[in-house]
Amino acid sequence: MNAKVKTEAKPLKQAMSGAELFIEALKKEEVEVVFGYPGGAVLPLYDALYRNPIRHILARHEQAAIHAAEGYARVAGKPGVVIATSGPGATNLVTGITDAMMDSLPLVVFTGQVATGVIGTDAFQEADVIGITMPITKHNYQVRDLKELPRIIREAFHIATTGRPGPVLIDIPKDIATTISNPEFVTEVDLPGYQPNLTPNVLQVKKLADAIAQAKKPLILAGAGVLHGGASGELLSLAEQMNIPVVNTLLGLGSFPADHPLFLGMGGMHGTYTANMAMYESDLLINIGARFDDRLTGNLQHFAPEALVAHIDIDPAEIGKNVDTHIPIVADAKEALQKLLELDLTEPQANEWRLKVKQNKKEYPLWNSEDEEGISPQRLMETIHEVTDGEAIMTTDVGQHQMWAAQYYGFNKPGRWITSGGLGTMGFGFPAAIGAQIAFPDDTVIAIVGDAGFQMTLQELGLIAELNLPVKIVIYNNEALGMVRQWQETFYEERYSQSLLPCQPDFVKLAEAYGIKGYSVSTEEEAESVLRETLNSREPVLIDCRIKPKEKVYPMIAPGAGLHEMIGVKP
Amino acid sequence: MKRTVTVTVLNQSGVLNRITGLFTKRQFNIESITVGPTETEGISKITFVVHVEDARTAEQVLKQLNKQIDVLKVTDITDQAIVSRELALIKVLTTPQTRAEINVIIEPFRATIIDVAKDSVMIQVVGNFEKIEAMIELLRPYGIKELSRTGQTALTRGSQKQVTELKQYSILK
Repeated sequence: MNAKVKTEAKPLKQAMSGAELFIEALKKEEVEVVFGYPGGAVLPLYDALYRNPIRHILARHEQAAIHAAEGYARVAGKPGVVIATSGPGATNLVTGITDAMMDSLPLVVFTGQVATGVIGTDAFQEADVIGITMPITKHNYQVRDLKELPRIIREAFHIATTGRPGPVLIDIPKDIATTISNPEFVTEVDLPGYQPNLTPNVLQVKKLADAIAQAKKPLILAGAGVLHGGASGELLSLAEQMNIPVVNTLLGLGSFPADHPLFLGMGGMHGTYTANMAMYESDLLINIGARFDDRLTGNLQHFAPEALVAHIDIDPAEIGKNVDTHIPIVADAKEALQKLLELDLTEPQANEWRLKVKQNKKEYPLWNSEDEEGISPQRLMETIHEVTDGEAIMTTDVGQHQMWAAQYYGFNKPGRWITSGGLGTMGFGFPAAIGAQIAFPDDTVIAIVGDAGFQMTLQELGLIAELNLPVKIVIYNNEALGMVRQWQETFYEERYSQSLLPCQPDFVKLAEAYGIKGYSVSTEEEAESVLRETLNSREPVLIDCRIKPKEKVYPMIAPGAGLHEMIGVKP
Repeated sequence: MKRTVTVTVLNQSGVLNRITGLFTKRQFNIESITVGPTETEGISKITFVVHVEDARTAEQVLKQLNKQIDVLKVTDITDQAIVSRELALIKVLTTPQTRAEINVIIEPFRATIIDVAKDSVMIQVVGNFEKIEAMIELLRPYGIKELSRTGQTALTRGSQKQVTELKQYSILK
């Protein structure tokens, strides 16, 4: 077996240092922007950066740098690149790396490391970053020899962006960055152990076509794989041609237009009644690029009990992991759907089913309570949709505000929705919005955050002020960890242990301290007028919205319950 | 269920760590693991025996291993015709009376005594898991002072056996 890397040697005329080589390699990968934070072990890299035109975004904390890179990667169609120093710089990235791993975001992360001679001696700012990040990266490398650096960087970008995307980390010891050599750049990669399969097995696609023809209750479940594969157009064609209703996962939102008559909403723990009952009752469930996460399936025993399950996924390990799959299709979503659409498809005889689904949609819409003073968080989200024509890039943390955004914003196109799904990271939304705004400087980018999550990464107000990035921060302020509070109310007899946060800064003054406009609104009229005035402006704005503190996210599948056992389905 | 799996890997630093880390992360239990170089330079082979609950978990083991960039090939050889071997070193207490007896016991196992001391002998035995287990059981009454086992390594046979268990494969049923 040939395990050697095929190299296309292009010796450069002058010798260069490892750090210069690093910059050259980034240029070859067409990197336009890097997110990072300097420190001792990466001084050589930053020195090379000083003399080169790659844009560097200086976050105020490494965690924010990597979340910004994630936001960038989610919408820019390019990998996010991060630099942090050794030791604490690297360990501060751990949450972001894990988040990117869980949500399949392409990142290439560079960490500094102490010099090769002192690795393993507990040197100043030394941490075993390779060991720490092994289970949370798609792959990681430590550069032991400068000659390997060009190959490693090429491979890292290749691995991060192909197949199921994910984070790749490269650990560069300080002495490697300062060594001078005549590097040979590589253009091709030869990774015999990494050959993602993009093309579907024709027989399985044919099987799926047959299953569609015979189905009485067909349903499409579309996940983030559709977005990664750029397969929204194909998904729309399939759904429309076969007249099959569509459910989205949380991360799949935007892959299918929310205002389409065939759209049933998001499925899962806080999904719509219609979507969850459709999954429960379907006889053919076509999963395209979703991983049957437990927040989607609820109790697996009650998940789609009647359904023949077809699963299109680029990662073979996801197929059959949680749910028994009858038609496995390992492929890129776009290629698989294209192959399927090329076949002579027969529309399923499913009129009764469509009627039922339609009735459910009408009978069980999302609802909100009206028995409390303050801004309705649900209507606030609808207002944001209206003011931005549903075109804004929306980012969130995790929790109630995230679920309301998912339920009520109504994403009609791909690449507008950035949220921390798998890992559920508080403090993600605001820095992620910064990354999205860097990718799309002219678009409206709104960070929907809770008052608690915002306080985890609010130091980045400094960054948006410095760059005058027109990120809009909308705080869903209920003076609590809303979702924790909701669970304590529902499952812990209202024992609000450590979930109420009445002591909080004056967010308006806080914004003003950074030179950013701040507003506080406590009625829906105020909120609407401020949103109209500011959301489409060209400067950063913070809006502290006092929402109804006791409002809960409904409907809900209690932990351990099945899809059909939703609570809070109707007022 | 017990599965024997072989994994060929690029001999990169940390590759064993990646694999054992994966087992920890996914809660797969390793019974034994052996590693060594192969006929090709730069490529190593890992043989491990793993306990899994069901066929789904067994499949996950293979798929997750396959996802590792440094892993070239993963094969579950449990149901193939294989030669599986393990070496064990066993230090058994002896008295002048039992020494001959022990010799007789180990002889059918084609085990050898490789070290003799005043009150113990060290026995080396090579064989599959069951054979070694059987010999250890026979020696246990004499008092096993120390025991060290390598874990199993395995290769598939040059020619695979004819299908004999028809029910597993039959179209006749």
